[in-house]
Amino acid sequence: MREPSTTVEALDSRTSSWSQISRFGFRAALILLLLPTAAFAHVGSGEAGGFLSGFHHPISGPDHVLAMVAVGLWGAQLGSPAIWLLPVAFPMVMAVGGMLGLMGVPLPGIEYGIATSAILLGAAVTSEARPPLGVAAALVGFFAIFHGHAHGTELPAGEDALLYSLGFVIATGCLHAAGIAIGVLHQWPWGRPLLRIAGAGIVLGGVFFMWRAVA
Amino acid sequence: MSTSIALRSSRVLPLAAIALLPRPAAAHLNSTGLGPVYDGVAHFLTSPEDLLAVLALALWAGARGANYGRWALFMLPSAWLLGSLLGMTAAATAGGTVLSAVWLMALGALLATDLALPLRGATALAALLGLQRGYLNGLGIEQSASGIAALLGLGAVVFVVVAIAAASVVRLRAAWARVAVRVIGSWIAASGLLLLGWSLRTHA
Repeated sequence: MREPSTTVEALDSRTSSWSQISRFGFRAALILLLLPTAAFAHVGSGEAGGFLSGFHHPISGPDHVLAMVAVGLWGAQLGSPAIWLLPVAFPMVMAVGGMLGLMGVPLPGIEYGIATSAILLGAAVTSEARPPLGVAAALVGFFAIFHGHAHGTELPAGEDALLYSLGFVIATGCLHAAGIAIGVLHQWPWGRPLLRIAGAGIVLGGVFFMWRAVA
Repeated sequence: MSTSIALRSSRVLPLAAIALLPRPAAAHLNSTGLGPVYDGVAHFLTSPEDLLAVLALALWAGARGANYGRWALFMLPSAWLLGSLLGMTAAATAGGTVLSAVWLMALGALLATDLALPLRGATALAALLGLQRGYLNGLGIEQSASGIAALLGLGAVVFVVVAIAAASVVRLRAAWARVAVRVIGSWIAASGLLLLGWSLRTHA
């Protein structure tokens, strides 16, 4: 009499364990499905990778972003011809610095130079400084060498050199353009104090980066 | 038996290693599957060092005036075709990244500064650019009927790019638009400078 009952119990227990196994399997499969994997479909190599990683490089460093936006802001405050001369001069001189960095030519005090650029350019925006055009271009060009050199030494090997460089330069130009676009506020009386506040913010950012470089 | 396997693998492994070594694609006329003319077109459009140099020269010629634009429009593709024909018959040599960088720096600076050159000088510059870049293009193209068709595609696309770029600048009057064109020149020159640094790179 015990036999059938035993069989039923055994069957029940087997069914229950199969059910447990299948539930475990389902959960495991679900977890595996949801596991993050590398997206090989758009791997960052080749020409697109070169351009995009070059484009990403200048905008990924807040110290560079601050200084480059400051160049645009200052250019907008100074008006023509500085508004176009500074953004034309900066990438070309920056590329000279980048070339030196790529070639392994050492330049001392890079981080100090970058932090000082944010402080001085931010101060120029805050005080609405109006030096002669040559002085403004020389100041911007001088600091562009530090930014370019820092980028040049950080550039990764194995990218498409020209596309990487193009992305890098275009991103820098876009940061200047962003600064110029914000600097349009200068034409309204209520916009001028806002720009000066923005300049003060850039000075504070520069002081922070200087403190970090010294510490 | 094991000695024979070891001997065979000692021959196969170096051969496999040599076969798998990455090499620069000297003959880089990629197949689009649309025929040799489009292969030539695609080759130009996917070679940024050629495209940027042509763009810089065409924009500068357009900014200098319609006459400069017209001379560039006919001189550059003709010289490109001639250079490609010369390149097709020559033995393949190294590509010359430094020379590409120098072209980009020079033409980008020309555009950024809006330098005034005499018409003859501008035409000679277009001829020189076409001959040199075309020659390098020709090195990667085989001597056959399809190679000639690819050259025609190359010449046609150079003509179209110069026509569009120069014509779009000739009529620009707004100061900001002309400044924007000069900014493009500074970007091209800066990219050339970085390319030069990259080609002279001494550390990894």
